[in-house]
Amino acid sequence: MKPAAFEYRRATAVEDAVDQLTELGDEAKLLAGGQSLVPMMNFRLVRPSALVDVAGIPDLQYLEPHDGRGLKIGALTPHRWVEEMEDPELLEGFSVLKRAARWVGHYPIRTLGTFGGSIAHGDPSAEWCLLAALLDAEVVAVGSGGERVIPASDFFHGFFMTALEPDEMIVEVRFPQPAPNAALQEFARRAGDYAIVAAAVTLDMEDGKCRSARVVLGGVADVPLRVPEAERVLEGADVGREAFEEAGREAAKVVDPPSDVQGTSEYRRDLSAVMVRRALEEAAGDVG
Amino acid sequence: MSAVGRRMGRLEDRRLLRGLGHFVDDVNRVGQLWMRVFRSPHAHARITSVQTDEALALPGVEAVLTGEDIAWARPIPVRTRTKHQLDNFLQPVLARDRVRYVGEPIAVVLAEDPYLAEDAVELIRVEYEELPVVLDARSAIEADDSRSLDGFESEAATLSMGYGDVEEAFRSAAHVVEIEVKIGRHSGVPLETRGLVADYDAGSDHLTIWGATKVPHFNRRVLSQMLGMPLNRISMKKSDAGGGFGVRGEFYPEDFLVPYLARETGRPVKWIEDRAENLVAANHSREQVHRISAAFDEEHRLLGLHDEVWQDNGAYIRTHGVIVPDLTLAMLPGPYRVPAYEGVAHVALTNKTPCGTYRGPGRYESTFAREHLLDVAAARLGIDRLELRRINLLETSELPHTRPLSTLGTDVVLDAGDYEGLLDKALDRSGFDGWEKEARELRAEGRLVGTGVGYFLEKSGTGPYEEAIVEVDPTGSVRVITGGASLGQGIETVLAQIAADQLSVPPEEIEVVHTETDLLPDGVGSWASRSTVVGGSAVMLAAKATAEKALRVATTMLEAATEDLRLESARVRVDGSPDKSVSLGEIAAACEPHSGLAEGEESGLGARRTFSVDHMTYPYGVHLAQVEVDPETGGVEIRRYFVAYEVGRAVNPTLVEGQLVGGAAQGLGGALLEEFRYDDSGQPLAATFIDYMEPTAAEVPRVETLICEDAPSPDNPLGLKGAGEGGTVGCGAAVVSAVEDALGMPGSIKALPVSPSKIRALLRESDRAGSTAAEAASFSS
Repeated sequence: MKPAAFEYRRATAVEDAVDQLTELGDEAKLLAGGQSLVPMMNFRLVRPSALVDVAGIPDLQYLEPHDGRGLKIGALTPHRWVEEMEDPELLEGFSVLKRAARWVGHYPIRTLGTFGGSIAHGDPSAEWCLLAALLDAEVVAVGSGGERVIPASDFFHGFFMTALEPDEMIVEVRFPQPAPNAALQEFARRAGDYAIVAAAVTLDMEDGKCRSARVVLGGVADVPLRVPEAERVLEGADVGREAFEEAGREAAKVVDPPSDVQGTSEYRRDLSAVMVRRALEEAAGDVG
Repeated sequence: MSAVGRRMGRLEDRRLLRGLGHFVDDVNRVGQLWMRVFRSPHAHARITSVQTDEALALPGVEAVLTGEDIAWARPIPVRTRTKHQLDNFLQPVLARDRVRYVGEPIAVVLAEDPYLAEDAVELIRVEYEELPVVLDARSAIEADDSRSLDGFESEAATLSMGYGDVEEAFRSAAHVVEIEVKIGRHSGVPLETRGLVADYDAGSDHLTIWGATKVPHFNRRVLSQMLGMPLNRISMKKSDAGGGFGVRGEFYPEDFLVPYLARETGRPVKWIEDRAENLVAANHSREQVHRISAAFDEEHRLLGLHDEVWQDNGAYIRTHGVIVPDLTLAMLPGPYRVPAYEGVAHVALTNKTPCGTYRGPGRYESTFAREHLLDVAAARLGIDRLELRRINLLETSELPHTRPLSTLGTDVVLDAGDYEGLLDKALDRSGFDGWEKEARELRAEGRLVGTGVGYFLEKSGTGPYEEAIVEVDPTGSVRVITGGASLGQGIETVLAQIAADQLSVPPEEIEVVHTETDLLPDGVGSWASRSTVVGGSAVMLAAKATAEKALRVATTMLEAATEDLRLESARVRVDGSPDKSVSLGEIAAACEPHSGLAEGEESGLGARRTFSVDHMTYPYGVHLAQVEVDPETGGVEIRRYFVAYEVGRAVNPTLVEGQLVGGAAQGLGGALLEEFRYDDSGQPLAATFIDYMEPTAAEVPRVETLICEDAPSPDNPLGLKGAGEGGTVGCGAAVVSAVEDALGMPGSIKALPVSPSKIRALLRESDRAGSTAAEAASFSS
């Protein structure tokens, strides 16, 4: 569990990081909090020829209002900052991030790991990836060709595979629209473990009716999985347990999760229904 | 106040909590090489070639060793006495023709640093011819799959023991209950992985080794034989250890390779196991299937017990031989009156990591099987589960109780005890009636809450002997040297407490030394909850002899009669003459040669003593649990947990509680979380701490404890019984008992660990059965 040899470099600015990535070629990787990359290197599952350490780049740690009602998060913001978010203005629309942060790994991981790092890693059960997919986040990346904004719906391509080019660095993740009625629920056998199944939902409600909804599942596919079938059940339905259970059942019907040490495919389907219902209940009860 | 019985913090913590401990990885020798093991990626394969040229060519690589290079080396011997012929099943140091589990050592590299060593291992080219794998103990034996194991019989040994007319018991029984249960494969997994450093001095032909734990003296003997070196040319040095649990410290292939390569290369060699290696290389344990049945008379008295066990021992027989199945069978009848008993255990070889002992070996397994059987029997017979146990527990008047069984080379004689008394105390102190009432009320609200019980008999204090030296130097400093080993269990504190009372010196001022073969060349080690019981008794004898010598020498120094002298606050004083006294240090100085004050005495103040014991001592206890099952996720939350334990006499109640709570954490891990699983090709599926799920502080409930000192052991001077394993032994039984109570489905849980996935499957099944029944009912109406 010692990594293969690699070159270590430190970047002082985003442009510097991109220049170095460009110079070092496809086999180089960025190092931020290192909470996923370093264990994978220790197992020699990944063998970057070089690491460009971006942890020291200033001004990339922030949670700030974006374009009026939105939220932008600097790529190097530790998970722990999200968990400790206190600004009432931000919490009004984005308390789901704060509530979901407690599910992110363990305390040391939340302290060292970064928001942008988790998005770049692209684990399909990661809380931030699920919420990015749920809330139509925009991933801002800078590469040798300049800056581009990638919608979350185009960003996640598969297990640990994203739309990022080898010379690109995420600098910011934007959540354009507030989501006062959103929630994430997950189940794992131990605190801090990867979710066996996680569900992230958001509801748009009016007069006891659900105008629209969005449902995203983690742990059941190789990307954060949007479940339109469950969303359709909710559209126009009365807000309440009946509709939430129906949405859960619908979600369970359409997913085709893998079996592994943690549980069978059938078990994950059961959990999908439960997690969707619980997340909807939390979302409906949360008025900001 | 007596030091024995006092609650005090661990003396070890004075260094450990300040970061001043010395673990094996803290040992670095000038010019050392790092060893890295090349391990088999296949569960079963023929090795057709091993190419090491590329690895050797890597700059910084000093040597590569393969099985062919040490073809002369004998396989690793069995440590424990056994009548079974196991020679054919022992593990070679390095595999040559064939590998039998993923992780089996094939070659090793020595390099200038651990990174290079790992690089070099990747350059070793081995070609394999893959072979069919055997992964299920029972079907392997039933199919007699010996061909696929290439000469290895699938059944390495068959153990049987028992007494009485079991056939007649079952024939005449009013009720017979049979169940089949499985205990999952799990193990100790200490947080500090294994490691070893060896330094060879060619000038004096002497090997010095750091990192040996548990049985350093035994491992030294094995090494002496395997290397052809005299015993006294090998020194084991002490280090701190981050947990042992039966797993760490046994003689593994690396325990030969590191010293051997130090001698061969003339350079110090260091090896630190990594976690990925640890999970496939260090001993696994537990995996057993039990088909167990009980015969009862009309009054629900046990007439007989029968158990057939299939033990999945992995690919080889390691140092423990067949101890685990042996203990399983010998301890199976537990604390109950069992007039007739027959146990048979099949020890199967499979293509998995080999097994050894793990905290509570044989008892965790057999306690679960037996207690679960009693729960199922109580449900079938319509009797309260506690009442069924009370009817069958041995009474105090029946003890000592000799069972015509033997294990670990000694007869099973259950010594002092009050089994029912302990149950009463536990129920009372825990408020178990309240737990049950609360569970009933919550169930009435639709929640799945239940309570469970697991009564167990433990064994501890395995002989045959232990050694101890007590020394007082002329400054008055007291040192205790034990043949036991410190694995983090607090033995240094406990032995200091025992010596303190004899010498009238505060335990805080006594240094306890272990695992130093130069200071004490013989010892039996720390396993089987024996260090306090047997090691402590040896320390007591040595300290007592030292105190007696001090008094003898003081008679000359103080010109007083022995009967007028007493040892108090580290001084020998003369009754009635408050200003006449000498300190232990002054007496020690007087014991130096030519002082003229200790004629006819050997020089030095101190003594070496051996404590020998024929029989083990049998502690006992009960685990109580209250759990809640989430019907939607299948998750189990332990709401309350209680362990009551009879320890004879608690030298340090705080440390006994620590043992019980820590033990419970591990037992609960095996009940709910931990399992070494394999895929169909024999690839381990639990190769990291993500998949091998040890419970963390978030999962371990608050464990309440009750230490009982009602039945001191008659077999040692302090009345001690061992405390190391009782916290673990009852967990599987208590948790399953509570989960089934919560579900209202007695006998439904057939295997440990109880995973959420399995509970959901049970509930789905019962939903289906329920709706089918409902449909049937609606059709018929």
